[in-house]
Amino acid sequence: MAETHPEPAAGLAVAVRRFNLWYGDFQALFDVDLDIEAGIVTALIGPSGCGKSTLLRSCNRIVERLGYVRTAGSIEVLGHDVQHPSASRIQVRRQVGMVFQRPNPLPISIRDNVLFSQQLHDRRRWSRSDQDAVVERSLREVLLWDRVKDRLHERAVGLSLEEQQKLCIARLLPTKPAVLLMDEPCSALDPAATAAVEELIWNLRGRYSILIVTHNMAQARRASDRCVFMLMGRVVEHADTEQMFVAPARQETADYIEGRFG
Amino acid sequence: MSGPPSPFAATAVERRQLSVQQLVRLLLACVTTLLLVPVLGILAVLVVEGGPGLTWSFLTEKPQRLGAAGGIWPALVGTVWLTATALLVALPLGVAAAIYLSEYARDNRLTRAINLAIVNLAGVPSIVHALFGVGAFVHFLRFGESILAAGCTLAVMTMPVVIVATRESLQAVPKAFRDACWSLGATRWQTIRHIVLPNSISGILTGVILVVSRAVGETAPIMFTGAVFLRLVPPESVFDRTMALSFHLYTVSTQVTDVPRHVPFSVALTLILVVLTMNSLSIWFRMRLRARKKW
Ligand SMILES: Nc1ncnc2c1ncn2[C@@H]1O[C@H](COP(=O)(O)OP(=O)(O)OP(=O)(O)O)[C@@H](O)[C@H]1O
Ligand SMILES: [Mg+2]
Repeated sequence: MAETHPEPAAGLAVAVRRFNLWYGDFQALFDVDLDIEAGIVTALIGPSGCGKSTLLRSCNRIVERLGYVRTAGSIEVLGHDVQHPSASRIQVRRQVGMVFQRPNPLPISIRDNVLFSQQLHDRRRWSRSDQDAVVERSLREVLLWDRVKDRLHERAVGLSLEEQQKLCIARLLPTKPAVLLMDEPCSALDPAATAAVEELIWNLRGRYSILIVTHNMAQARRASDRCVFMLMGRVVEHADTEQMFVAPARQETADYIEGRFG
Repeated sequence: MSGPPSPFAATAVERRQLSVQQLVRLLLACVTTLLLVPVLGILAVLVVEGGPGLTWSFLTEKPQRLGAAGGIWPALVGTVWLTATALLVALPLGVAAAIYLSEYARDNRLTRAINLAIVNLAGVPSIVHALFGVGAFVHFLRFGESILAAGCTLAVMTMPVVIVATRESLQAVPKAFRDACWSLGATRWQTIRHIVLPNSISGILTGVILVVSRAVGETAPIMFTGAVFLRLVPPESVFDRTMALSFHLYTVSTQVTDVPRHVPFSVALTLILVVLTMNSLSIWFRMRLRARKKW
């Protein structure tokens, strides 16, 4: 375990160091230490309320929207502290993308959804063909291009849930994020759509480092390289997925995986 | 029907409850219909009494003999000026305040006090607003008696409803959109500008309707701040004083002698038509926007 690791270890997408978080007086995370390797899919599992979403939302600093949140410790993305005084929340969020439980495309066209984050910040005039290229590349990357290429100007909320969720992933890509955070991205989808999104996540693996929260053990097992088990605001175990499911090191992990847990 | 009684047959108690329910329903329907009577009555009287007098020349000519003859052109134009001024002042300020209250302000004692003040401001009688307008705009800000002073007074009076209507429609924009925007690196303002505001246009237009309806109809707030009894030419700038339909209606009904019977009715009908036209415009606009909006 990397206890008080001062230097960022090479090949780490996210390095969480002695991270504590309080919602007002309630402490949700306790001394979390975690090294998420780059380029792979890491699943985050644990019972409801154990702090998975909180940890995820700390990585892109979106927890700070709530005025009453306090933190201690640090989170580094690709070796850089996201809470560094000179780091801007906006840059952090552009480089650490987030996918939500319910697909939440913006109420604008499919094309504008994909271009949204880029256009917010790039004051440069983008030529139409540059924009088209970005839209096509992003939509191809999420395996959606062929299905929507003829209706890029239709409203995104008219898509099926599966397509919406894929679009929500696609719109993160133009700003070239290093890390994708996904908070139960499939829990609003039916089994077929879930399989499709899982396939997509597996496709993105390698180019992006993916941290995915799931309540679905089968999904964690199928679609991740490494697995983190959390319990009551602490990280209990972090191991290769195969190993965690076959031979968990800790009793709590075994209990949870086998469903003997709340 | 023959055969054994159905197991679903109503019991005596249920039958009585059913008849009570039908009675209540009838009663409520009657009351609702009764509410329509005064509205339709007013419209009918205005159309019957004032309709024939409402000619093109009545609308476009200037008044003669203090309004007893001739038309209402300067008053019609004046009302448009006053309403536009009120709208131009009340809408930006009200929308800005609503955005601040709903998107930026924390829920603390100050904002709760502000919200309470807004609600109470909406209940202040218009004559009090009029006196405030005289003090604040005519004298203190030295607007003099002018369209500007009167329009500002109307704006202050209607601002609370603009704020409340806008705030409600801002808060109706789903939180998921804001989450999405923020997580894409949008600032609070970018989120408001690109996503929240475009989706709360309907509330803002409701605000427009409320401002217009009140600004067109109010008499007290403009009486001391910029409206005049008679001015034969339409205003040319916001620093002019002006005639206004509502005030003109008051004068031709009570202050001028020898007014033909139909004149006040025709003025009132014009007043109502102006309100209806402006409101239908906003409603039409709002419906077109709604049809496009789907989430
Ligand atoms: N906005 C908030 N304000 C106060 N407490 C919160 C807030 N969000 C979460 N919590 C608390 O923090 C703890 C961790 O919540 P979190 O949402 O991170 O859990 P989770 O592991 O994602 O659960 P789930 O699997 O149900 O999504 C919970 O006890 C929760 O009640
Ligand atoms: Mg959660």
